[in-house]
Amino acid sequence: MTFGALAAPLGALGFVRPHLDWHALAPELTLLGVGALLTCLDIALAERGRTITSAMAGLGLLGVLVPIITLAVAGAATEPRVMFDGAYVVDGYALILKALFVASGYVVVLLSMNYVAEGDYWENEYYGLVLASLLGMVVMASARDLISIFVALELLSIPAYLLAAWRKRDLRSTEAGLKYFLMGVFASAIMLYGMSLLFGASGSTVLADIAAAAPLDRAAESVPSAAITVGVIFVIVGFAFKVSAFPFHTWAPDTYEGAPTPITAFLSVASKTAGFVALGSLVLVGFWERDDVYGPALWFLAAASMTAGNLMALRQRNIVRLMAYSGIAQAGFMLAPLAVAGESAAVADEAVSAVLTYLVIYAAMNLGVFAVIMVVARRTGTGEVASYNGLFKVSPGMAVVMTVFLASLAGIPPAGGWYAKFAVFGALVSADNPAAYVLAGLAAVNAVIAVGYYGKIAARMWFESPAEELGDAGRIAVPFSLRSALALTVAATLAFGVVPATVTHFTEVSLLAAAG
Amino acid sequence: MLLNQFLILSAVLFAIGVYGVLARRNGVLVLMSIELILNAVNINLVAFGSYVSSVSGEVFALFVITVAAAEVGVGLAILLLLYRNRRSVDLSEADLMKG
Repeated sequence: MTFGALAAPLGALGFVRPHLDWHALAPELTLLGVGALLTCLDIALAERGRTITSAMAGLGLLGVLVPIITLAVAGAATEPRVMFDGAYVVDGYALILKALFVASGYVVVLLSMNYVAEGDYWENEYYGLVLASLLGMVVMASARDLISIFVALELLSIPAYLLAAWRKRDLRSTEAGLKYFLMGVFASAIMLYGMSLLFGASGSTVLADIAAAAPLDRAAESVPSAAITVGVIFVIVGFAFKVSAFPFHTWAPDTYEGAPTPITAFLSVASKTAGFVALGSLVLVGFWERDDVYGPALWFLAAASMTAGNLMALRQRNIVRLMAYSGIAQAGFMLAPLAVAGESAAVADEAVSAVLTYLVIYAAMNLGVFAVIMVVARRTGTGEVASYNGLFKVSPGMAVVMTVFLASLAGIPPAGGWYAKFAVFGALVSADNPAAYVLAGLAAVNAVIAVGYYGKIAARMWFESPAEELGDAGRIAVPFSLRSALALTVAATLAFGVVPATVTHFTEVSLLAAAG
Repeated sequence: MLLNQFLILSAVLFAIGVYGVLARRNGVLVLMSIELILNAVNINLVAFGSYVSSVSGEVFALFVITVAAAEVGVGLAILLLLYRNRRSVDLSEADLMKG
C-alpha cells in the first residue's frame, strides 16, 4: 500500500523509482543483518551473551561470503550489475575485494577472541564496531560516486577510531586513537574540499560522468584548470593518509603501537586495502585521462613511501612499529602500478590487476605476522624485537611459521610475496616509459633493503640464544582461535606463492571496461 | 551568478581551518578548525550545485553535515578520554610514542 499510494504524487515530481538489484546488495544487507542481530542478542541476553558474541560474529562473516559467491557464480564478474545511474557497481573488481574484506575480517575476529575475552573488554560493542567498519569497506568496493565513496570512507573510519582507543585506561591506546582520529578527520576534510572542486568542474558526482566531462577528458585537448589539479591532488592526499603513504604516514607507527593488536592487524590490512580500493576506482574510473596530474603525484608517493618506509624500518626496536614502517614500504609498492596506469588502457588493466594481486597476498602474510606477534606477546608481554631471540629453541613451530611470513614479505619464493612483487614489476615494465623504469629500479633496490630487516628478525629467531622474556616454561600454548588464524594465513601465503593462478584467476579485472 | 565570491569565501575558510589544525595545540580548537574546513566544503558544494543547476551539490552537502556530526561525536568522546586520563586536552603532551 505504502509505495503504491506514494507513487502518484512522487511521479508528479518527476521521481522515478530506482532499480534495486537485491541480489547485488545481498552481501551488504547480510552484513548489516549480522550486526543488528548481535545488538539484539546483547539486549536480550546481556552478560550471558558474552560467550557466543565472537562466534556469532565469525559465523556471520562466513555467511556473508555466501551471497558473494552466488554473485560470482551468477556471472556478475563478466556482466557488471549497475545501480543508481552508475553510482553503485558490482563487478569483478568489487567482488574480489568484498571477499577479501570479509575474509580478513574473519581472521581479525579469530585474532580478537582470546584478546577481548582475556582483557575483559566489552564484547558486543567491539565486534559490532568491527562489523560496521567492514560494512563500510564492502560498500567502498562498489562505490563509484563521490558521495558513496565519502560515506563508505566515514563508515569504515569512524568505528576504527573508537577501536584504536579501545583500552580506555591505557594512555597509549588513548593517544593512538587520538592521533588516528585527528589525522583521519583532517585528511577526509581535505579530500572533501578536493571532491567539491571536482564536482564543480564536472557538474556530477558519478565517477563515470566526471571522466566524460570536458575538463577531465584528454580527447577534448583541454588543459587541466587549476580547480582540477587542486581537486585531484587533494583527493589523492586524502587517501594517501588512509593508506599511510609517506609523507602522510606519521600517525601509523604510533597508532599501530598503541591500539589493541588485533585492531592493528585490522588497520594495517583491511583499512589500508579500503584506501587503495577508493584510490583505484577514483584514478582509473574518475580521472584516468588526467594522468598528467595524478601520475607525478602518485609516482612521488610511491617512490618516497617505499624508500622512507624501509629506511625507518631498519632502526626499529619494537616489532609492531617495525611492521608499521614495513606496511608503509609495502604501500609504496602498491601505489607504483597506479602511478603509470595512465599510459594506456592495457597498462591500466595490468596495473589494477597487479594492485589487487598485491592486496590479496599482502592481507594473508600481514595478518599472519600479527597472529604470530600476538602468540609471542602472550608469553613475553613485550613487543621488543629482541624478545624474538632464540624463538626456534622454545617454539620451533612458531619460528617456522614466522619465517614463512617474513620470507613472503621480503619476496622470497615459494612464499606468496614474490608473486606480488613480480606482478608490480610486470605492470611497471608494461608501461614502457622512463618514469616507470626508474620506479621499477627504485622498487628493486628497496626489495633488497627490506630483506635486511626481515632477515634480521629471522636470524634472531634461529641463531640467538633464547631471550629471557621467553622464559623456560616449555612450548608456548596457542589458543584454538589463534591456531586457526595461523593455519589459514600460512595455507593462503604458501598457496599463493606456489600456484599464483589461485590469485590471478580472480584479480584479472578491468575497471575501464566496466566504466564503459 | 556570483560564483567567485562564494569560492573565495570558501577558500579563505579552508585556509583558516588548515592553519588552525596545524598551529593549535588545544584538542577542542583543532576540532573546531576541522569544522571550518567542512563548512568551506559545504559552501563550495552548494555554490557549485546552484551554478550547474544540479541537486547533487546540495545532497552532498547534507551528507557532509550529517557525517561531520557523527565524526565530532566520536572526536569529543576520544578527547574526553584523554582529559580523564591526563587532566588536559593539550595535544603536544600526547607524546608517549615516538620514532
